[in-house]
Amino acid sequence: MGVEGIGQRVARKEDKRFITGKGRYTDDMKLPGMTHAIFVRSPHAHAKVTSIDTAKAASMPGVVAVLTGAELVADRIGNLICGWMVHSKDGSPMKMGAWPAMAPETVRFVGQAVAVVIAETRDQARDAAEAVSVDYEELPAVVSVLDAIAPGAPQLHPEAPGNKIYEWSIGDKAATDAALAGAAHVVTLDITNNRLVPNPMEPRSAVAAYDSGDDQLTLWTTSQNPHLARLVLSAFYNVAPEHKLRVIAPDVGGGFGSKIYIYPEEVVALWASRKVNRPVKWTSDRTEAFLTDAHGRDHVTKAELAFDINHKILGLRVHTYANLGAYMSLFSSAVPTYLYATLLSGQYVIPNIYAEVDSVYTNSVAVDAYRGAGRPEATYVVERLMETAARELKVDPAELRRKNFITSFPYQTPVIMTYDAGDYNASLDVALKAADYAGFPARKAEAKARGKLRGIGLSCYIEACGIAPSKAVGSLGAGVGLWESAEVRVNPVGTVEVLTGSHSHGQGHETTFAQLVSDRLGIPTSQVSVLHGDTDKVQFGMGTYGSRSGAVGMSAIVKAMEKVEAKAKKIAAHLMEAAEGDIVIENGEVKVAGTDKKMPFALVALAAYTGHNLPEGMEPGLKETSFYDPTNFTFPAGTYVCEVEVDPETGHTTIANFVAADDFGRLINPMIVEGQVHGGVVQGIGQALLEGARYSAEGQLLTASYMDYAMPRADDVPSFELHHTTTLCPGNPLGMKGCGEAGAIGSPPAVINAITDAIGIRDLTMPATPDKVWSAIHG
Amino acid sequence: MTTVSITVNGKTTAADVEDRTLLVSYLRETLGLTGTHVGCDTSQCGACVVHVDGKAIKSCTVLAVQVSGSSVTTIEGLSKGDDLHPVQVAFREHHGLQCGFCTPGMIMAAVDIINRHGGHLDEQTVRHELEGNICRCTGYHNIVKAILDAASKMQVAVAAE
Repeated sequence: MGVEGIGQRVARKEDKRFITGKGRYTDDMKLPGMTHAIFVRSPHAHAKVTSIDTAKAASMPGVVAVLTGAELVADRIGNLICGWMVHSKDGSPMKMGAWPAMAPETVRFVGQAVAVVIAETRDQARDAAEAVSVDYEELPAVVSVLDAIAPGAPQLHPEAPGNKIYEWSIGDKAATDAALAGAAHVVTLDITNNRLVPNPMEPRSAVAAYDSGDDQLTLWTTSQNPHLARLVLSAFYNVAPEHKLRVIAPDVGGGFGSKIYIYPEEVVALWASRKVNRPVKWTSDRTEAFLTDAHGRDHVTKAELAFDINHKILGLRVHTYANLGAYMSLFSSAVPTYLYATLLSGQYVIPNIYAEVDSVYTNSVAVDAYRGAGRPEATYVVERLMETAARELKVDPAELRRKNFITSFPYQTPVIMTYDAGDYNASLDVALKAADYAGFPARKAEAKARGKLRGIGLSCYIEACGIAPSKAVGSLGAGVGLWESAEVRVNPVGTVEVLTGSHSHGQGHETTFAQLVSDRLGIPTSQVSVLHGDTDKVQFGMGTYGSRSGAVGMSAIVKAMEKVEAKAKKIAAHLMEAAEGDIVIENGEVKVAGTDKKMPFALVALAAYTGHNLPEGMEPGLKETSFYDPTNFTFPAGTYVCEVEVDPETGHTTIANFVAADDFGRLINPMIVEGQVHGGVVQGIGQALLEGARYSAEGQLLTASYMDYAMPRADDVPSFELHHTTTLCPGNPLGMKGCGEAGAIGSPPAVINAITDAIGIRDLTMPATPDKVWSAIHG
Repeated sequence: MTTVSITVNGKTTAADVEDRTLLVSYLRETLGLTGTHVGCDTSQCGACVVHVDGKAIKSCTVLAVQVSGSSVTTIEGLSKGDDLHPVQVAFREHHGLQCGFCTPGMIMAAVDIINRHGGHLDEQTVRHELEGNICRCTGYHNIVKAILDAASKMQVAVAAE
């Protein structure tokens, strides 16, 4: 433990460089001889590329090369892939349309790259890109998921008739149909989960450098998972074999899922660097980010929840249409299936669940995991249904939830997941008390006297994170295992380096991982450094997403630490002539229990490296590695209570109070955990009140800048009251569950439940903008 | 090309730049001061905020030639040697940053807010004043706390002088 150990609010080690302007992001890289890339992008949502004339651009000042999709295909650069196989109900595999990194023949969304200009400066590349002349033959486009599956809709890929990628299902259809048919009450909602743009503040960037002397490529890139990037770039995209490709993700300015994927621009930068034999830098501008970063959500759902006469849930039936955009991004197939429908049981005993999910191509940018990835969509379905049911059954929404809570663990849901631990009553109780739920009627009356409409809404969310057991996800179609690796190096002077396959892009791993080491050895965090994000330094790793860095990444560190400590104890027992079982490590010392014999941990480390006096047969050195594969997902859960005040004159919604009570299991650094919740909740409030990506019927993105896409700003949101309840996760050594996504998962239904309560309507489609709310009030 | 002469963090700098060169490009590319960031292309996000002659401006919206002869302070020039500015200290103490990308602009904007309002800052004012700076990580909660704390500490420091 100690002042910097587990559970302590330790200020972040990484902050010094960020607050002094010394962060090192990809776009900050400057290499000798570096060139700059600007892409020529399609202005059409769907078109044949009939000709590309690069001659004028190639002759412009500073231009090094102008490269097209045809050359890329000729060089046998592989098509982009989706790495998770999902099968349809009929057993057929998902229909993956070809996605070349630059389109040689057909473009299927606005912003798709058709050519790239490499020049001495970025401005020269931009000037020349405007001089590339591309002739298109426009084709009809379709952007909405329901339009895309209608008869006669424009067809995107020959591989996918009817634009259908798969028609998937989970659960027992017959039993669920029977449960609904025999129910005393069925509540039905048609739900749209609005399309979002993740918008990390750092735009994507790639610097590719080819070294012809060693035939070696290095890529600095804005990645949440550099090893996975190297694997995919090598195995599928054919830019270089793995041992000839180094991927470095330096400081990365947020990701939220959108930097998991390997995008066309990184592939092209690597390929182009080899072609021009010079380093190539590409940095997205914000409009490009809107046009080409993978979007999130975009579901259309019909959901039905059945109750018996005693208000116990009998069954849930869901049919969802998921828009995956024009191409299948890396994990896109899994998001509306295994990350969505497997969470439809929520916190409740639902004996029968049946969900169908049809994933569909449209002429829009790819949709993939964005903070929460499927679980926000599932939570929105379940929690909107529960609130609506309570209103229709005329019972208290909190009590209806309480009546149906799962209270016994482990709990096997009808949709794959086995919840390991939780106490949903505890988080509900804490949240209701903190929100003064009982006092709400008085506040509503007081608001009414001021001419304002006040409403309160709950959301009892559950999510599955700490992804994930490799065997389980493999059986569900994942192309990779989702273990994590760690290496702990104790230096001869006793300082410690932790090398992790997790990647920090804001999560504070350099601090929390050091706290773990500090906790175990009793040395200050200043003597621990955490290295990540470089495939030449870290042995391997699956990266950071799905709130996995704590539950999986730190578990790997624990396993490596256990090996280090075991060896250190053997050495110390030998040096102090004591029994190995009597050795304990605490406060930076190695002690013989029950005696005053002890030595500094640093001297044990030194002994390990001098090798002068080690136990017979022991190898020198004090460095251990581990690969940790989790046994189950983890299941963070909690209750959010949102109270809003709506101005009926303007339709403007103000969040009057927001309370979160989360159960994340063990907290390593509560300050960092709270920061994750603040950020997640605001992204969820953004979804509920402000954000929405909109395409015109022709496929033009109407919300392609911060002037058109409403990001939450400081005066759109309140400060928050956060609480924690704790049930430890039994599945990992630290009892951690994960906190990165909960806020974005739990908050949208709480906000919409509050607004619909305030204005007395049944439903409202996100985002609840003032015009929409005003129209709902005034009919 | 035009020759510009700009005092940056107390040092005189000069270079020939294209007329279209933005101040942020001059700082990042010509001078290598990469602490100032570019997060959008419509002057909305505020990651590029620096001080020109003591006032916060968005350096993505100003040409380098426009500030020739002026004095510019960037995030790299905010601390006095190893002595961090109170706003920098407060951002760290209150966990007002996560990925760090918006942070330089946030801090430079915050210093300007505190300077303009003196001791008269409350949460609502801070939130309103931050409308030109977007953060996607923190939900603003801890940024607001940090700015309020720094404002009160700076007030105390001024009073003590």
